[in-house]
Amino acid sequence: MRAHYQGSVAVPTGYRDNSGFTTRLGFAALALLAVVLAGCGEPPWNDPNPSFDDGLLTYNSVMSPSPPKHLDPATSYASDESLFLMQIYEPPMGYHFLKRPYELLALSVEDFPQVTYLNAEGEEVAEDDPAVAYTRYTLTVREDEHYQPHPAFAVDQQGQPLYLFDDAEEGSRYSQITDFPQTGDRPVRANDYVYAIKRLADPLIGSPMLGFMAQHIVGMTEFSEELARVERPGNWLDLNDFDMEGLEVLDERTFTITINGRYPQFVYWLAMHFFSPIAPEVDRFYHNPGFSDRNLTLDWWPVGSGPYMMVKNDPNSEIILERNPNYREDYYPIEGEPGDREKGLLDDAGKRVPFIDRAVFRLEKEVLPLWTKFLQGYYDRSGEVHGNTNGVFDQAFVVGPDGVEMSPELQDHNITMSPDVKPGIYYYGFNMRDPVVGGYTEDRRKLRQALQIAFNTEEYINIFYKGNGIAAQNPIPPGIPGHLEGEEGINPYVYDWVDGEAVRKPLEYARKLLAEAGYPNGRDARTGEPLKIFIDVQSQAISNTSMNWMDRVFAELGVQVEYRPADWNRTREKLLTGNTQIYSHGWLADYPDPENFLFLLYGPESPLICECDGANNSNYDNPEYDELFRQVRVLPPGPERAELVARMVELFRRDAVWLYAYYPKDIYLNNSWVSNTKRHGISKATLKYLNIDPEERARRQVEWNQPVTWPLYAGAALVIGLLLPGVIAYRRRQNATARRAVE
Amino acid sequence: MFAYIVRRLLYAIPILIGVNLLTFTLFFVVNSPDDMAVSQLGEKYVTPEAIEAWKRKNGYDKPLFVNAEAQGVGAFTDTIFFTKSLKLFAFDFGRSESGRDITTDVSTRMWPSLAVALPSFVIGIWVNICVALMVVMFRATALDRWAVFVFVALMSISYLFYIIGGQYLVAKSWMLVPISGYDPEFQPWKFLILPVLVSVIAGIGSGARWYRTLFLEEAGQDYVRTARAKGASEISILFKHILPNALIPILTGVVVLIPTLFMGSLLIESFFGIPGLGSYMLDAIRSQDFAIVRTMVFIGSILYIIGLILTDISYTWADPRVRLS
Repeated sequence: MRAHYQGSVAVPTGYRDNSGFTTRLGFAALALLAVVLAGCGEPPWNDPNPSFDDGLLTYNSVMSPSPPKHLDPATSYASDESLFLMQIYEPPMGYHFLKRPYELLALSVEDFPQVTYLNAEGEEVAEDDPAVAYTRYTLTVREDEHYQPHPAFAVDQQGQPLYLFDDAEEGSRYSQITDFPQTGDRPVRANDYVYAIKRLADPLIGSPMLGFMAQHIVGMTEFSEELARVERPGNWLDLNDFDMEGLEVLDERTFTITINGRYPQFVYWLAMHFFSPIAPEVDRFYHNPGFSDRNLTLDWWPVGSGPYMMVKNDPNSEIILERNPNYREDYYPIEGEPGDREKGLLDDAGKRVPFIDRAVFRLEKEVLPLWTKFLQGYYDRSGEVHGNTNGVFDQAFVVGPDGVEMSPELQDHNITMSPDVKPGIYYYGFNMRDPVVGGYTEDRRKLRQALQIAFNTEEYINIFYKGNGIAAQNPIPPGIPGHLEGEEGINPYVYDWVDGEAVRKPLEYARKLLAEAGYPNGRDARTGEPLKIFIDVQSQAISNTSMNWMDRVFAELGVQVEYRPADWNRTREKLLTGNTQIYSHGWLADYPDPENFLFLLYGPESPLICECDGANNSNYDNPEYDELFRQVRVLPPGPERAELVARMVELFRRDAVWLYAYYPKDIYLNNSWVSNTKRHGISKATLKYLNIDPEERARRQVEWNQPVTWPLYAGAALVIGLLLPGVIAYRRRQNATARRAVE
Repeated sequence: MFAYIVRRLLYAIPILIGVNLLTFTLFFVVNSPDDMAVSQLGEKYVTPEAIEAWKRKNGYDKPLFVNAEAQGVGAFTDTIFFTKSLKLFAFDFGRSESGRDITTDVSTRMWPSLAVALPSFVIGIWVNICVALMVVMFRATALDRWAVFVFVALMSISYLFYIIGGQYLVAKSWMLVPISGYDPEFQPWKFLILPVLVSVIAGIGSGARWYRTLFLEEAGQDYVRTARAKGASEISILFKHILPNALIPILTGVVVLIPTLFMGSLLIESFFGIPGLGSYMLDAIRSQDFAIVRTMVFIGSILYIIGLILTDISYTWADPRVRLS
């Protein structure tokens, strides 16, 4: 049989040439390899960044894991999107780059808004007058505030817009903003801010701010209802033709916003992109027929007066920003918080910003490529919006005696760390209406306090977040007034102050509390049944190992745990109907004021009371707390307000409303040639302060990316090594006589 | 043949309607328009009014299949199913939930997909056939047995391992090519080497093993023995006799894939940062963007049906005895 397969006929000499096929193939492969190597040119070969030969200082960064969905300042409400919007737009207010606690400052307006208080008749009254019915903010736009060059501002010799088309065909040759040969620009005017606020109220735009802002800005609801009734035969509706009661343009640079009652936190909202100026002609430009079919919309091509402008928007691969040539004179801060000077954060003090001419944000969906490119020096920083606390980046850190430290490998690269304690909080809350863990009696408080003590937050953070988090002692995170450090900042129901640090109370004490609550050794004293608690978890946000860990810590008290995993939508439904016992949630601040955290426990914010998507998912209902909150909401910062906040925090601690909580802490890494990398927890408008040493970057990239070529030769040798025996065997067989073959 | 093709195209219509209906039902069973609105609006300040406004703006405020309030045909046309799904038959893909024009996105993203998928496909088939023929040449020898062992081992390894392993070795450790990315204007070939290499190597196990089986069956045929008896070389026998005769089953598996190359690969594109249709689909699933999902499923179905028709046509080319009627 074997002889049959191998053939039994001697092959004529002329056929031998065929056997050279494989050999030729091997040589061809080698030749190809040589050509490829020669074509690669000077190393590094693995540079993924196209080289710009225009001499502009380029910052290479990343958008991860997905591109922005909206870039219209009226509709966007995500940090990934703020990363771009806050470089392009300049809202009236902003934040000091370096100072902590966060400090508000005027950005595109000349100064802080001038605040006047009005009674119901519209007459000016004193701030503390009980008759205050409205608050009016008067803002004056900076004289040097100027829009970026854009085709929407291009006009012909008669001063008419150059790019207004009657039909889709007329403008069909333009598919990118860069396709328009002519651009124009103009100063920012007061009406542009008013126009932007009117856009928030347009129901067709669908701003997430409409519902919330309509509660505050006078006449916004009516304005929105009026727009909803308007027939829109054409594409564009000029909002200048409609008036909103709470908005008024006093002159070209001055406008007012009137809000209902007193709401001192409103000034923080003016630092968000929702209130950035929008030029009506830009809105009109993007409503050209057929433009939206080519994604030429304000949602994809923002137009602002900030330090940068968008020159490329390919959400599939990259977004490129370039310096706005019309950006006003702006300078790096000359003072910061203690320690900033020592860290070199004031080396550029007083210099004009922005430093970087171009910022390229490339889409990276997976962590390994992102991490590798950062280590190879092709990304200047390891991330922009999301920190590096995932599995791959964990290799970069070790937990040392002083907290998280970098691995020796990273230290060799002179990589620096930028920790970022976000003004936010993640927590597991009790449902205060639950028949087992809810309620306000002493035994229920003790039950919840016992569970709080058992849940060792510090251990949990160390194990599952590699130490990247801070156990919360109160609902107000660091950097926000109302957050206290040291002994006066600890939660005395869960911690003791021992030798200068907060120490969790012993488990014995938790067992005692549990017994006093009616559950000695974790069993119901009346029925003898073991206490079982139910935790609703979001399936994507929890692992089996962390559930096992929780099982273990509660087992120390004899308490059993059952988990109810669900996706976010199902979890949300449960929260809206109060159908939870313990749930997980989180909150990132919109602005650095304690009110933005304390409202998470405000009674009327309970979804069961407001019948809305309220923030008080614990359904905490404490009349004293609610009354204090109402006072805090309208009081200006000061000792009186601080005292009320402290009392509210005390109530929160006493009632043990949350099982555990921590302040998220992210770590961002910077290559050594990047400076001024301090993270700002609230504002994303920090790109203009970033600086780069391009010479060091180029040197390091070459140094770190010398290709290892031996695998290529080894691979070629392997292929030949595999083919050669086959070729030899084949030739032998082709030359074999029948007798030899049979043998 | 023309009548056959027309008939097959007509058969495609009910198939496409069925696929559409199934996609629509599956998507909305797990995902109500309210859920979609919440996903798109984010987690803060999501008021019922905001949800209703989003649904109204995006056309999800209608009933799913039957509109009891509408009169006549409107009962069926004024529904989400009609407006969102049946319009696909007019190739009106509409807009994604984030407002982008899907037709523009698809036409832009299919080229990067093709740039990776086409060389992977062509080189992959060529390598698999060559390897399989070489193994067949040494059939029933130790080389053959070892080759089968290696094929099974290669098949057993997860595709992800090839991707991550390839990235780790070739791009991270040896620094020969970029680890990910794609730029059609900046040396695109250097971004394609690694994904194509990974695709080809990952496909050798299953591909070469399958072709080996096909070729082995042909190698025992009488016409092969006759060719050998006439003095034809093994190379000639393999490429001129065995390969053409084994083409029918090869074409069955291969031609159907050709049109779907436009759809790209979910994993390869995602890991290598290729801005193609595979990653487009993956992103849409992650962000619950039904508009994109239904479009991609629809396009995928059409391309698959075209692939099946092309397969039938290719039979007539590979084997003149085959007649389509």
